[in-house]
Amino acid sequence: MSDAAPPLLEMRGIVKSFPGVRALRRVDLTLAAGEVLALLGENGAGKSTLMRILGGAQSPDSGTIRLSGRELDLRTPHDAQRAGVAVIYQEFNLVPALTAAENIFLGRELSRFGFVARGEQKRRARELFRRIGAEIDPDALCRDLSVAQQQMVEIAKALAFEARILVMDEPSAALTVLEVERLYAIIRDLKSHGIGIIYISHRLEEIFAVCDRVTVLRDGANAGERPVGDISRGGLIRLMVGRELTDEFPKRDAIRGDVRFEVRGLSRGRAVRDVSFDVRRGEVLAITGLIGAGRTEAMRAIFGADHRDAGEIILDGRVLAIGAPRDAIRAGIGFLTEDRKGQGLVLAHSVRDNFGLPNLNWLSRGGFVRRGAERIAFAQQVDGLRIKVPSQETAARNLSGGNQQKVVLAKWLARQCDVLIFDEPTRGVDVGAKFEIYQLINDLAAQGKAIVIVSSELPEVLGMADRILVMHEGRVTGEIMDARRATQEEIMELAVA
Amino acid sequence: MMPVLRRLLFEYGMVLVLLLLCIFFSVVTLTEQHPAGAAAARQLARDVMARFGKEGRVLVAVREQAEDIAFLHVLQEEFARSGLHPVEVVQGEPKDARAALQRLAAAGKKLDAIAGTQAAAGWLVFGDFSTDFPTLGTPRIMTARSYRWPNFLKADNLLNIANQIAVIAIIAVGMTMVIVAAGIDLSVGSLIALSAVIGALLIRDYAGGVAAGPLGMIFSCLAAILACGVVGFFSGTMITTFGVPPFIVTLAMMLVGNGLAFILARGQSVGNLPDSFVWLGRGADLFGLPNAVVLMVLLYAAGHILMSRMKIGRYLYAVGGNREAARLSGVPVALVLLFAYTVSGLLAGLGGVIMASQLKSGSPTYGQMYELYVIAAVVVGGTSLSGGEGKMFGTLIGAFIIAVIQNGMNLTNVESYTQKVVLGLVILVAVLLDRLKHRGWRRQPRA
Repeated sequence: MSDAAPPLLEMRGIVKSFPGVRALRRVDLTLAAGEVLALLGENGAGKSTLMRILGGAQSPDSGTIRLSGRELDLRTPHDAQRAGVAVIYQEFNLVPALTAAENIFLGRELSRFGFVARGEQKRRARELFRRIGAEIDPDALCRDLSVAQQQMVEIAKALAFEARILVMDEPSAALTVLEVERLYAIIRDLKSHGIGIIYISHRLEEIFAVCDRVTVLRDGANAGERPVGDISRGGLIRLMVGRELTDEFPKRDAIRGDVRFEVRGLSRGRAVRDVSFDVRRGEVLAITGLIGAGRTEAMRAIFGADHRDAGEIILDGRVLAIGAPRDAIRAGIGFLTEDRKGQGLVLAHSVRDNFGLPNLNWLSRGGFVRRGAERIAFAQQVDGLRIKVPSQETAARNLSGGNQQKVVLAKWLARQCDVLIFDEPTRGVDVGAKFEIYQLINDLAAQGKAIVIVSSELPEVLGMADRILVMHEGRVTGEIMDARRATQEEIMELAVA
Repeated sequence: MMPVLRRLLFEYGMVLVLLLLCIFFSVVTLTEQHPAGAAAARQLARDVMARFGKEGRVLVAVREQAEDIAFLHVLQEEFARSGLHPVEVVQGEPKDARAALQRLAAAGKKLDAIAGTQAAAGWLVFGDFSTDFPTLGTPRIMTARSYRWPNFLKADNLLNIANQIAVIAIIAVGMTMVIVAAGIDLSVGSLIALSAVIGALLIRDYAGGVAAGPLGMIFSCLAAILACGVVGFFSGTMITTFGVPPFIVTLAMMLVGNGLAFILARGQSVGNLPDSFVWLGRGADLFGLPNAVVLMVLLYAAGHILMSRMKIGRYLYAVGGNREAARLSGVPVALVLLFAYTVSGLLAGLGGVIMASQLKSGSPTYGQMYELYVIAAVVVGGTSLSGGEGKMFGTLIGAFIIAVIQNGMNLTNVESYTQKVVLGLVILVAVLLDRLKHRGWRRQPRA
């Protein structure tokens, strides 16, 4: 970057307050053309807010944004698009009922005499897909595309209006290892075309794989900025949390008992085929595999959330009759869904109400909720799990990812569940809270519960599990008896088998 | 101070709107009030005694009407108690008064005062004593003193407002549950008609018609209410078992219910009901409060307890707030929704029975558009149409806002078509205020 030419993007002194919170306190950020900048920070550090401002979805209270030296006034997402800023949010902005091509040109339809030039759009879409090496039919409806494909559509959309800055918020969150590799290739290609990329991720290995420079935010302020080559993994974590984390995964001495929980011949359509496994008392079983391997589907079928075609579920030697989640819960199974916000919590309601939902049966008498007992029971969980929450009346949506996860956990712990199924337990959870959740999982195992963790993050699988089950296309393709001696390569081999 | 004020506004914004409306209509309906009846008579007697003592020579004049006669009785009682004997009592028309005056003049009597009701005191015959009856002296014409008081704030009117809104407010209890659970029930208006017709038909044809006893009427009404509950249960089943959107199911049931009501009633109003049938709709047994209003208050208390203290209430909120999360937390979602729609049906049936009782007949034309007023009451009361949010007492406030606006416009002689325009706009503004309050006075971001 020479002194004469202004950088591609320069954000200076950005301040943004929400009622009661100062989300950003004079944050600076620069991005050069052809650079991949990692934007890091714990949840609530202000990354998302900063990117929403860049994307025109929110207006800053003060501060300036310059693009190639020219000051911008971004008031709407449309302004940002016109200026050449494309933001790919974690939740994609695609219309499920429209085709890939239609989504790419949504709002900027190519037209001839006022009619949408569909042929032209399709041709251009195909061209864009070829450029990023994606095999997607422009006529396919977006709801039929996989998560990775939808992401490609988002990228194509950004390229379609010649974006010069591309923001990717947790782009790998729902991708499999192979798909992530593919994403890297695309990023490198975009980079070579002079596009500046801001890459937000919780997965540190990705930062080292694809980014040039890293900017860390902490508590709404700049915490540091380094070239990626000059910093270690530990150094990054230190910058993010402002303290040293000696170990990412807490140690535990597994005391495995007899078989507690068994699944025999579980099937559901094409998604889950003849899945069988067991979990011992005090054991942590990890189930991994690529996206679409049928892991979540299998768990939902066990829990009664989806209908199952065949299969027995056995707890402590007793075959359970599970037709709905109620039955599973009554039998002592707890399920922490991967989609916490969509399925785990009623976001607008208080944390206590959320806690109460599965517990009202024992927290009520004659149809009336014993509110005092509920308050006490929740307070115990708040203490036990160290949930950081201003009051029991706080709405669930105002909590960080880690604390939300703890509230969901509290729901099941209060029911004294014997089996706990964690689906992606640390997705969207920041580094500090991750460690705490791992520790809780270990504690629960030590209490003799049977734990199942579904995870796509191989370090997590290797760090936490006693035993690993790998799934592929609905089937169990492998089992690694001693997780301690397994490697990522070993797992990947089984996952793609 | 400010945060407290803001919190109050936040929690009770709609109460404030209701208060402002009441104040507004109180001011614009401030009028001269002429007391009547016993109170007026007592006051007049006091005034006459104070001025002339028991030696006062007083002529009493009233019209030949029930209320005037009642007035006269009290007045005479009061005079007798303080020892005053009126010179003459005229009960009739101006010509009777003229005759009496002539009689008194002929007898050479004198008069200090003429006391009467407002109407009688205005008779022309009392207009000009100096030319007509110079010998009688110049008697003072006295009536009960008038005072200024808003028509709106008269006790009768306030009770009237409550009574008028009772049907809508009662049905809104069920609608609040349905909407909190992220549903909607468009069938309640038709169910009013269906229930009124079924109830009236049963009383007329099976319970003995005009001679029907209380037990027969109670069973007929219960059957009508139950029938509507069955319709609500059916809607709930369609929604939960087959996943048909509530809007469509209840729209269909609205047509079915309305059609059935017309078929059953053969397109006519069903009358021939006993006089005692109006007890529910027009009676007022408890401290002069209308029975329908007492019932409404009880139902709101029960609804409030159910929503805030009971398990089923929590489940309703959870299902409306996030149906999938509720299901995965073990909430029996289908049962909860069935409950809400059944209660909504039952309460619509109750509303129909009350309306039939108020009007002493059951007609298939009852309750038209009521579903919209009910929904408006719920929404104005702060319940979110997207579910998971809302309070029972908010709905009561919402219902009263609508009732007060309607009543106020009636009192100020606003034409009924204009009333609709105003009501529509007020509902819009009320909800808009609520929206803005929640989002902190910001505009929706541009597209």
